[in-house]
Amino acid sequence: MSADAHASHGHDDAHGRGHDDGRDHGSFKSYMTGFILSVILTAIPFWLVMTGAIENKNWTIAIVVAFAMVQIVVHMIYFLHMNTTSDAGWTMMALIFTVIVVVIALSGSLWVMYHLNVNMMPVHDMRNMP
Amino acid sequence: MSDTAALANTGLAKLIFGRLSFESLPFHEPILIATFAGVCLGGLALVAGLTYFRLWGYLWKEWFTSVDHKKIGIMYMVLGLVMFLRGFADALMMRAQQAMAFNGSEGFLPAHHYDQVFTAHGVIMIFFVAMPFVTGLMNYIVPLQIGARDVSFPFLNNFSFWMTTGGAILVMISLFVGEFAKTGWLAYPPLSNLGYSPDVGVDYYIWALQVAGVGTTLSGINLIATIVKMRCPGMTMMKMPVFTWTSLCTNVLIVASFPVLTACLVLLSLDRYVGTNFFTNDLGGNPMMYVNLIWIWGHPEVYILVLPVFGVFSEVTSTFSGKKLFGYTSMVYATIVITILSYLVWLHHFFTMGSGASVNSFFGITTMIISIPTGAKIFNWLFTMYRGRIRFELPMMWTIAFMLTFVIGGMTGVLLAVPPADFVLHNSLFLIAHFHNVIIGGVVFGVFAAINFWFPKAFGFKLNRFWGLVSFWCWVPGFWLAFAPLYVLGLMGVTRRLRVFDDPSLQIWFVLAALGALLIAAGIGALLVQIAYSIWKRNELRDTTGDPWNARTLEWATSSPPPDYNFAFTPVVHDNDAWYDMKSRGYQRPLQGFKPIHMPKNTGAGIILSAFATALGFALIWYMWLFAAVCFTALVAGAIYHTFNYKRDFHIPVDQVINTEAERTKLLSAQVVS
Repeated sequence: MSADAHASHGHDDAHGRGHDDGRDHGSFKSYMTGFILSVILTAIPFWLVMTGAIENKNWTIAIVVAFAMVQIVVHMIYFLHMNTTSDAGWTMMALIFTVIVVVIALSGSLWVMYHLNVNMMPVHDMRNMP
Repeated sequence: MSDTAALANTGLAKLIFGRLSFESLPFHEPILIATFAGVCLGGLALVAGLTYFRLWGYLWKEWFTSVDHKKIGIMYMVLGLVMFLRGFADALMMRAQQAMAFNGSEGFLPAHHYDQVFTAHGVIMIFFVAMPFVTGLMNYIVPLQIGARDVSFPFLNNFSFWMTTGGAILVMISLFVGEFAKTGWLAYPPLSNLGYSPDVGVDYYIWALQVAGVGTTLSGINLIATIVKMRCPGMTMMKMPVFTWTSLCTNVLIVASFPVLTACLVLLSLDRYVGTNFFTNDLGGNPMMYVNLIWIWGHPEVYILVLPVFGVFSEVTSTFSGKKLFGYTSMVYATIVITILSYLVWLHHFFTMGSGASVNSFFGITTMIISIPTGAKIFNWLFTMYRGRIRFELPMMWTIAFMLTFVIGGMTGVLLAVPPADFVLHNSLFLIAHFHNVIIGGVVFGVFAAINFWFPKAFGFKLNRFWGLVSFWCWVPGFWLAFAPLYVLGLMGVTRRLRVFDDPSLQIWFVLAALGALLIAAGIGALLVQIAYSIWKRNELRDTTGDPWNARTLEWATSSPPPDYNFAFTPVVHDNDAWYDMKSRGYQRPLQGFKPIHMPKNTGAGIILSAFATALGFALIWYMWLFAAVCFTALVAGAIYHTFNYKRDFHIPVDQVINTEAERTKLLSAQVVS
């Protein structure tokens, strides 16, 4: 029984070098789409900052950050071939876990450090503790 | 000699030796000199012995350069054991110092030495004892449990091991060349900043952890890939043994959290080396960011240590109760929940640092919640034992000792999770007692259960029961004698890391704790005797079946020790507890149809590259910039050179496979006749 199963598995057991991985390796078109998109997404924030097209600095910052977020998504889809089906969903699972951990660590740190900064750094009024 | 020549001379010496000089060697410390002499003599004897018995070639060819996950696993365990002796020696010194330093006595350790001892104890026990032990277990067991022939990246595995060893070597060098950190095991700034720790101690700390951290992260990636990609046919995720499940979660934790430690230490080294101000008191720095960041790594770390041993206890309990594990699915989900929750509790390590009530109550509650999945696990083990036919073999005894001890540690943990209680107990010996209660009662007992359980698999003979029992009965009461007094002292308000005491009424507790430590020392001695005696009597303890415990998972399907290729044919799995299922369905070993087996080839690249990395660490510690540049270049060049090594695999010839398997057939049939 196990002999048959082995025969069909060939010799890649010790290496995991089998190429039946069901991964999306991308095409010339998808790479070009990704490249052009990321160039555009980079150029616009540069233009915003260099020309000062928007008066309000905070708005500029918010827009640049938004472009950065979209940029991340573009990279993940076109360069890292992220989709729900590749590697039987493992890449998606890894991405979701990563996002959860990063969100926890970042938001938690901001929250904690805000508290510590307000409460513990010099010159403060204990009556207004958060 | 003219002044300019002398100046040029010192300039040159500085370029080559950096801060290192004769004054860096601790000639003024009689304790260190004696230790150093002892280590030198022991080392010389070892080298002479290895040379006399011509073992260097054997060690190099069969072990150091091996990419076999089983040998690497064993080397991890040896590393853990050696460093355990060092870390325990530190513990004994601390216990002796604290038991003595009353009534005006200064004890026997000067302050700067004592501070290094408690720092080294923590660093060594976590990074170079507990981590190698659990990594070694995962390395050895996981591929066998999933029916694979090796890990996904065998060379990387060897490299990871040697990087971990490199870190351990740096810590050991600090004992005799320069000094180790005097900051406590997490090296909080501002104390660890250059202004307050100008010596090499903190630099040893940083580079030892960075070098070892590379190894840990890579081995995490390796084992995740192995578990996800290399399970044998039929083994779906929910048919994986629980140990493999906990290993998977552990390695996910490693990969997600160790980069945080690396980043944190990089920032600290930038502060120390190039004068940035991330964690300084002034110029916009904030030391509390370090504390926050390092605990984002630090809390998952404790689950990295304990999750694999939860897996060990699961395997042991179900094997020695002769039953399927109770609540397999709940066990898996409890593990996953712990994995996520372990990222949500880090602030409970610094409740008192000034967060407001909202932050503290959030993290207090998440900490209490994490005890729910852990409690569920305990009940699963208890229900597995319920109405089981329990065999009180050594691994089972350690498991029961774990359950009794760990539950107490867990409860004091929940107690500390209540922020108001923590304000009273933080930084006290109560905390020390708590985390030793969970780490010794959990991780260490688990590792001993695992060693006694899998030793026959790894070496082909069981460990002697009598000396195992001696070790057990020294360790478990010894643990309680050593740490129950610390709970009492902590409740009375005694803080950690104190060197001398004013209040003579406290002394009796410290004496009791020291006696406990001596009892543990006897337990460790008995463990060493157990191993030596078992090697001596190995023929009487021989396991010819490959399944000495009537166990349930795949690693017991092959011979003890397993052949290089683990399984001549990849097994096919139909059920949880695959081997038990195969046995109950009357599985017959295939006796023919063997084929040559494709295997990865040994390489010296791992040990050589990590030697460069370790030397680089040493150079950076001592500001030997020239040597550092040389080492760095060699490291990069060596890594690139290794990518051109295309001779990475070979086939075990079919004759050899047939011979090995025939040998096993003969052993098994001899078993049936007798």
